Amino acid sequence: MERLKLVLQYFQSNSESISNGICIILALVSVKLYTSFDFNCPCLPQYNRLYSLGVMVVPPIILFFLGVLINRHTGVMMDEWMRPIGNRSKNPAVVKYLFSAMIQRALLAPMVWILVTLLDGKIFICAFSVSVDPALFSGMPNNTGLDVIKIMAKVPCKEDIIFRNISFHKAVSRYVRCYSQAVGWSILLFLIILGALARLIKPCFDDHATFLQTRYWSNYLDVEQKLFDETCVLHARDFARKCVVQFFEDMREDTILRLPHPLFITNHQEEWEDEEERLHGISKQEQVDQLLDKWYYNKPELDVTRIAHRPRTSVTWEDRGGKTLYSDV
Amino acid sequence: MDKFRMMFQFLQSNQESFMNGICGIMALASAQMYSAFEFSCPCMPEYNYTYGIGLLIVPPIWFFMLGFVLNNNVSVLAEEWKRPTGRRRKDPSILRYMFCSITQRSLIAPAVWVSVTLMDGKSFLCAFSINLDIERFGNLSLIKGMSEAEKIKLLAKIPCKDLFAHQETRVAATKYIKCISQACGWMFLLIMTFTAFMIRAIRPCFTQAAFLKTKYWSHYIDIERKMFDETCKEHAKSFAKVCIHQYFENISGEMRSFHRHRSCKDDSDDDDDEDKRRSDEEKLLGIRAQDDMNKVLWNWHTCKPALALRKDQIDGENNGRLNGEANGALNGFVKGHTHDVGKKEWAVYYSKV
Repeated sequence: MERLKLVLQYFQSNSESISNGICIILALVSVKLYTSFDFNCPCLPQYNRLYSLGVMVVPPIILFFLGVLINRHTGVMMDEWMRPIGNRSKNPAVVKYLFSAMIQRALLAPMVWILVTLLDGKIFICAFSVSVDPALFSGMPNNTGLDVIKIMAKVPCKEDIIFRNISFHKAVSRYVRCYSQAVGWSILLFLIILGALARLIKPCFDDHATFLQTRYWSNYLDVEQKLFDETCVLHARDFARKCVVQFFEDMREDTILRLPHPLFITNHQEEWEDEEERLHGISKQEQVDQLLDKWYYNKPELDVTRIAHRPRTSVTWEDRGGKTLYSDV
Repeated sequence: MDKFRMMFQFLQSNQESFMNGICGIMALASAQMYSAFEFSCPCMPEYNYTYGIGLLIVPPIWFFMLGFVLNNNVSVLAEEWKRPTGRRRKDPSILRYMFCSITQRSLIAPAVWVSVTLMDGKSFLCAFSINLDIERFGNLSLIKGMSEAEKIKLLAKIPCKDLFAHQETRVAATKYIKCISQACGWMFLLIMTFTAFMIRAIRPCFTQAAFLKTKYWSHYIDIERKMFDETCKEHAKSFAKVCIHQYFENISGEMRSFHRHRSCKDDSDDDDDEDKRRSDEEKLLGIRAQDDMNKVLWNWHTCKPALALRKDQIDGENNGRLNGEANGALNGFVKGHTHDVGKKEWAVYYSKV
């Protein structure tokens, strides 16, 4: 239980690691999808290649779109790209960084699918069994009355009656599977070398200082959007509570004079202080609408000196004669 | 047990993730139901098509309706749609947003059922076996000399393993139709994913500002409803407490007042009771009669309040608190200004430093 909590906390600690986690989950889903999919080669010359290439190409496209969809950075990137300038200048490097990060993560699951299909070999066998030269193998059944192409097209279907008691189809399958696995391993090797080279050579081409800034500001945008959503939610909650209480109090029949409070203080009122803080003075529908409009059309500048040094209200108590009894100043 | 509680808490932490959880559960249930269901094609020309296509279409409709039933937001949407305008305007874009998000979530389980059915291929095989061109798969001797009706009857038996004699032809035909079924399934998935991608990824290009507003206000409506229910519950509790207390006091009214005059000392118990009673009275928020409460509940639907909090109400509470402190802390006269003129004895002087 503790371990699970730790793992969840680690992944939630920063949004990049959440994206990585989701990316890995999608890759695992892709493997599971392949193993549970019932590959069914039609064993007909006209349709073999079409079916196999379809199964090799269409699921990666679907997985790519899914990868882009469930990545949080897609929304952040689109927002940053499409927003009006407002008070905050736009930095194209940040958008490019977010885009490349998103694409890299979205490409993982499709690559996993393609590699798994190649290493397994069924699809290659289905697609390319008609292209194999049958003279390389002995034992081809020649008493069936079917022509060569049709026989070769039936090779992926092991249980077909023409292959009973002979091992011709097994030999051909093995041969094509070899090719398939060779292609699969080569692609994997190529990708790994590409990744390693990119990592090693990047510092020569990229300015690391600029890269640090870009990474900081992309993370900042993500965090800012999350916090804005959270603040909106908290605000809505307090607005709702006050609205409901105000509604109840408006229904009062008898007038009640506002007399001075007796000596005690209830906890109820301390809660109101905190809640009033959370409303930040936004207490009307038009104000909320204006706030949300401005957030999109006129994003604020990245400068928080005002709030860090804002004046505090402090209290001074004076007696009847004007003498200061106590002061917060 | 602990694991379930943590998962439950995480899902309930916010309404959207709770709905996503339900959505995921329904998708899994739909896949599980398909694998548990025993597909049995009737293998008769008149019923094959109806059975096959019916099984492809009717359960998704059922799952879609179930999605609507299980979603709490449906009643919120219906209430917001049908309420009289009252003092609060109605915004059709909020209704549209809520309807779209409910529909999107309800479409996931049906989509899972349709893709699983198409990938499996049995329903297509059952529905379309009679449209097959049998010459492609087997020797023509099978159908030589048969009339049209007999040929169709034979083809209709293809989905049933034990009814069709020639296994190779059956296997070849099954593979062929399953191929087509799987191709349709992958195309269906591709179209759904692409549509979702267009909606999610391209939408920020248009109407982002309006989207922020509708998202906020639809969330607000949901929260307000919950707050109203909570406030009503608290009110009912306090109402009941005060009512019962008053009843007891009325019954033994003379005895208690006699007692109080005899013993003028404050017991700590009495003080606590007084405090509790006062806080209960405050929780009543001024609504102390059945008719008043009925009016509150009636007006909540027929005449929703405007979305504008009064500033003096917020400030009045603060002043009350400070005054209370002043009363307790000091015995001098404190100068300043408040909103409630005249009645207050104490006041406070503010300065911004």
